[in-house]
Amino acid sequence: MEKVAVVGVGWYGFSPHVHDLSFREMMFEAASRAYYDAGGMDPRKDVDTFISCQEDFWEGISISDEFAPDPIGGAMRPTMTVAGDGLQGVAHGVMQITSGLADVVVVESHAKPSDIITFSDVVKLSEDPIYVRSAKVPNIHFVAALDATKFLSRGKATRADLAEVVSKNKSAGLSSSKAPYAARIDKDYVLSQDYVLTPFTRLDIAQPVDAAIVVVLASETVARRFSDTPIWIHGIGFATDSSNLELATLGEARYMRLAAERAYLMAGVESPLKFRGIFVDDRYSHKELEHLEALGITDVVEKLREGYFHPGSYLPVNPKGGLLAKGYPLEASGLSLLLDAVEYMREGEESAIVGSWRGFFTFTGSVAVMSR
Amino acid sequence: MTVHPLKEEDLKRHPVVEDKPKARYSYTAGQALSVFLNGLKEGKILGRKCTKCGRIYVPPRMYCEDCFVPTSLWVEVKDEGVVMTAVASFISWTRERLDHPEIVGTIRLFPSTARDYVYPGLFHRICCSYEDVRNMTIFGKIVKARWKPREERTGSINDIECFEVV
Repeated sequence: MEKVAVVGVGWYGFSPHVHDLSFREMMFEAASRAYYDAGGMDPRKDVDTFISCQEDFWEGISISDEFAPDPIGGAMRPTMTVAGDGLQGVAHGVMQITSGLADVVVVESHAKPSDIITFSDVVKLSEDPIYVRSAKVPNIHFVAALDATKFLSRGKATRADLAEVVSKNKSAGLSSSKAPYAARIDKDYVLSQDYVLTPFTRLDIAQPVDAAIVVVLASETVARRFSDTPIWIHGIGFATDSSNLELATLGEARYMRLAAERAYLMAGVESPLKFRGIFVDDRYSHKELEHLEALGITDVVEKLREGYFHPGSYLPVNPKGGLLAKGYPLEASGLSLLLDAVEYMREGEESAIVGSWRGFFTFTGSVAVMSR
Repeated sequence: MTVHPLKEEDLKRHPVVEDKPKARYSYTAGQALSVFLNGLKEGKILGRKCTKCGRIYVPPRMYCEDCFVPTSLWVEVKDEGVVMTAVASFISWTRERLDHPEIVGTIRLFPSTARDYVYPGLFHRICCSYEDVRNMTIFGKIVKARWKPREERTGSINDIECFEVV
């Protein structure tokens, strides 16, 4: 099977409000940087297919995929869209390369939540319209809070552990150039905050952020034409748990476990503990721990307390700050974690696992296994 | 085949959940369209030129989709051009019958020429009769923007009321 490499990455934004560029201009800026990073490739000649990951209600434009090709160099070229997280788009790109359809695939995703005036109401549209939406729950975080409460009820993690995740990630973000929500705060400061809804304070919940991200994938045959330091994707998978709130597993991330099983099988992973970093969705503080469990890491809470996951330790988790520090750029969130993983490995680390979640009201996640 | 449509009372026997989406946006115009909209306020139609291939984008873009390079030059095109296509609509967006048809079309703006495959152009209302559209005599006609009075312009595409035959 053809191996797949990341040969270029580019981004623009990571600001709560990019007020001077339209989303298309942000896409162009991110794409220009990615092509420069990929050895100055010309997307009009060197790219076989383009994939854009987006969702109409986030865009405020129906059939928004029509706007996908031209800002990334894909005008009049094979372009497809994935209505899902960016890492799902990468999985599609990997399939296009491993099936022999393409040698070079560009995956793009972007978010402009600052353009959405009624953010909560737009999120609400993703609820089941017949009975969940009609129940008129007070805010958009209630499913995550149910999930977190169930996670805590299993008796291993406490509120203090969630606060430790917040402190670790927001502090780690201070070393990143794309973390507007980074802050040097300690666990006690987090615990001193009022609840937004149990068990979350405002600091336990990541904020939306404007960003555009472009990733260039290439087959093993051509990868070194574009990069001397390709980052290899050895395995990738994505999965969805039941979309029914009552039937989906709360308190554990079954979607992530299923996605990890597939990715690990492809990559021949024996243990995630052998990796040098993990970049996992933490848009709610408990999600980091829940996702680590789903990735097959045992005794997660004990390891957190021992400092096992802190930057520079045995297995750094979100050493660039995660989504708590960077904000979550909607469907580009998975690509933002992948971007961190690529930067981390380019700085010298050998390997990483990326685990993304599609966010509110979804039980969909993706996992990628990568190395230098 | 015999068809048995549901009766009104049948429909009432089934529960129906109604909801109205509250989706509101404030779209960032961005670098290109902000200048374009401000230009309309001044009575100017502005475009961006790709200095690599020469293509002029109206409405403007900061990048050329053919060459994938930044467009690098602002150019003003004329508020006059040729009708490329037009249509007369007798129903509104909300499907009400209109007493007078709304006529819209695309206009290739000068100084482009008939030889240009891609051209600076606008989609807009055309002030002409239904007859002009029905018999297609409006096609190829030279039209010019009818601007709103300066004090009424807001930096919107509607600062041009319509294009009318010169």
